[in-house]
Amino acid sequence: MRGSWLRGLGAVALAGWMVLPFLPLALWSVAQGWRFPDLLPQAWSVKAWTFVLSPGAGVLESFGLTLFIAASTTALAALVGVPAGRALGLYRFRGKGLVTLLILLPVVLPGLAVVFGLHGILLRLGLAGTVGGVILAHLIPVLPYMTLVMAAVFARFDPGIELQARSLGATPWQCFRFVTLPVILPGLLTGALFAFLVSWSQYLLTLAIGGGRVQTLPLVLFSFVSSGRNDVAGAIALLYILPGALVLLIVSRGVTGRSPALAQGLRP
Amino acid sequence: MTRLTLQGLRKSYVAAGHAAVRGLDLAVESGRLTALLGPSGCGKTTTMKLIAGLLAPDSGDILLDGRSIRALPPERRGVVMVFQNALLFPHLTVAENVGFGLKMRGLPPREIAARVEPLLTRVRLDGLGARNPAQLSGGQQQRAALARALVLQPAVLLLDEPLSSLDPSLRDEMRQLILSLQRETGITTLVVTHDQAEAVALADRIALMLAGQLAQEGTPEDIYRRPATLAVARFFGAENFVPGIARSGRFHCDLGELVLPAGLAEGPQTLTIRPEGIRLFVPPGADTAGGTNIRKARVAGVTFLGSQTRVTLGLGGITLQALTAPDAAAALQPGAEIDIALPPGALWLLPSE
Repeated sequence: MRGSWLRGLGAVALAGWMVLPFLPLALWSVAQGWRFPDLLPQAWSVKAWTFVLSPGAGVLESFGLTLFIAASTTALAALVGVPAGRALGLYRFRGKGLVTLLILLPVVLPGLAVVFGLHGILLRLGLAGTVGGVILAHLIPVLPYMTLVMAAVFARFDPGIELQARSLGATPWQCFRFVTLPVILPGLLTGALFAFLVSWSQYLLTLAIGGGRVQTLPLVLFSFVSSGRNDVAGAIALLYILPGALVLLIVSRGVTGRSPALAQGLRP
Repeated sequence: MTRLTLQGLRKSYVAAGHAAVRGLDLAVESGRLTALLGPSGCGKTTTMKLIAGLLAPDSGDILLDGRSIRALPPERRGVVMVFQNALLFPHLTVAENVGFGLKMRGLPPREIAARVEPLLTRVRLDGLGARNPAQLSGGQQQRAALARALVLQPAVLLLDEPLSSLDPSLRDEMRQLILSLQRETGITTLVVTHDQAEAVALADRIALMLAGQLAQEGTPEDIYRRPATLAVARFFGAENFVPGIARSGRFHCDLGELVLPAGLAEGPQTLTIRPEGIRLFVPPGADTAGGTNIRKARVAGVTFLGSQTRVTLGLGGITLQALTAPDAAAALQPGAEIDIALPPGALWLLPSE
C-alpha cells in the first residue's frame, strides 16, 4: 500500500521534473505581455506562433536547415562510424588503445578550446561560413558517439555469419544488405539517434564555423532570447525540442519492450 | 557428381608467422564422403575455407572436375561450407535461414518455399520453420544449417566438425542423418574432424592431414591396418613400437626374431603391433599350439575398459599394450607370467624416423 503510494508520488515528481520546465515556454509562446509578479499572462495571443510559422520569418527555413545539417552529419557519421566501430569491436590490433583514446578525445576536450583552430583550417579550405563546413565541424562531437555505439554492437557480432552468407551464395553487397545490416540495425539506429541529437543541439560550433551565415535553429532561438522576444523564443523553443521528444518517445517504446530491437541496441 | 582436386595448396597467416597449409595435394572422388582428419591446428579448417573461397591460397590450385575455381568468388564456386557452430542468421526464421541461398539466387518466394518445406521435413524440423533460431536446440540448429546448405544442391559440400558441438547422445543421430543424406544426394562431401573414431564411422575414405600436409589417404581400414608413417600410426592410437631390421621375411629386434607377413620392405624399420592382434594364452601355462611368434611376457597391469580389457605386458625391457576380451583377462593377475603370440597379421612395418 505504502509502496505503491510512494511509487505514484515518484512518478508524478518525475513527470513534473520533465514537463514543468516546458510549461513557461508554452505559456510564453501564447502570452501577450507577462510581467512579474503575475502567475499567468494577462492576455493571450497566437501572434508569436503566426510569426514563427510564417514563411517570411525564416524560422521554418532555419528548422529545415538544421534538419538537413543534422541528417547529413548523421549519415556521414554512420559512413565513418560503422567501419571504425567494426574495427574497434571485432579486431585486435596494435595501437587499439591509442585509436580509442583519439576517437574519445572530442568528448573530453571542451569545444571552445578547439573551435578557433578549426575555424582557421576551414577558412583556408574555403569551408568557413558554409553548410558543408558546419557539417564537418559537427562531425567532431558526433563521431565518437557513433563509433563507440557501433564498437559495442560489433563486439557482440559474430563475423562468421558473413562468411556463412558468402558461402551460401551471397555477393558482398547481398551479404551486407541481408545479413550484416539487419543484425547491426538496432544498434545503428541508436547511434544515429545520438548523432542526430548531438548535431541538432550544436550552438558553439555552428556559430564559430558558420560565422552567422549558417542560421540553425539554436542560433535563431538565441537571438530572440537575447533580444527579449520571450513569446517568439518560447514558440521556437517548443519547435526545437520536437525531435528530442520524438526520440524519447521511440526509445521509451523500445525500453517497454514493444520495440525490443532498439532496447537491444541500447544494451551496453 | 563432382571430383574435387587440390594441387600443392599453400596458405600461411602473416600474423601467426607460420604456414597453416603447406603444399596439400588431395583428390576427393566424385560422390564420395571423405573425411579430412587431423589433430587441432593441422590446417583442416583453413583448407576448408580455401576450398570454399573464404580465404585465398598463397599458391596451388583448386579444381572441380578439372576446372580451376581458384579465381572465383565464394558465391560462384558451387561449394558450400557448413561451419562447426551452426551460424544460423539470428534475424531470420528457420525457414528463411534454409531458404537464404535460394533467395540470394533470386528465386521467387513460392519456389523457395516449395524447396525448403520438404527439406525441413527431411531433417525432422517440420513445423519449426516459423521459429527463431534461438528457439531451437543445438541439434536442431545443426540440422537446420545442414538443410540450408543442401537446399542449394552444391557440387561440393564441406562440413566442418559437424558433430563436435553436439552432445554425445545426439552425435549418432546426426551422423546417421549426414550419411543417409549424402547417399541420397550423392553430393561430393568433405567432412573435417579431429576424431578418428568419427572419421572411421562416417567416411568412405579418410585423408589424414598432419602439420599442413597430406600424411595418408585411403579407406579407414587401409589407414588403420597399414599406416604409412609413424606419425599416422600414432595418430590412430598405435602404441607398440619396436625398432629393428627386416631381413628375408623376419624382423630382428629386442623381441628376438619375428615372422613377418609377406610383402613387406626390407631394412632397418620400426615394427608396430596392433594391440587387439596380440594373442594371450590364459590361464598361465595354457597350450600354445598353433601360435606364431610365441614369447613369454609378464603381466604388468590389467585395466577394465568395458567391452575390452587392456593388458600391459613386459617383455624384458619392452612394454607392449594388448587389448583382449574381458572374459579372457579375468583370470590375469599383475605379476603373472603368460605366453603370448604376435601373429604376423597383426604386425606392420613403418619407416623409422
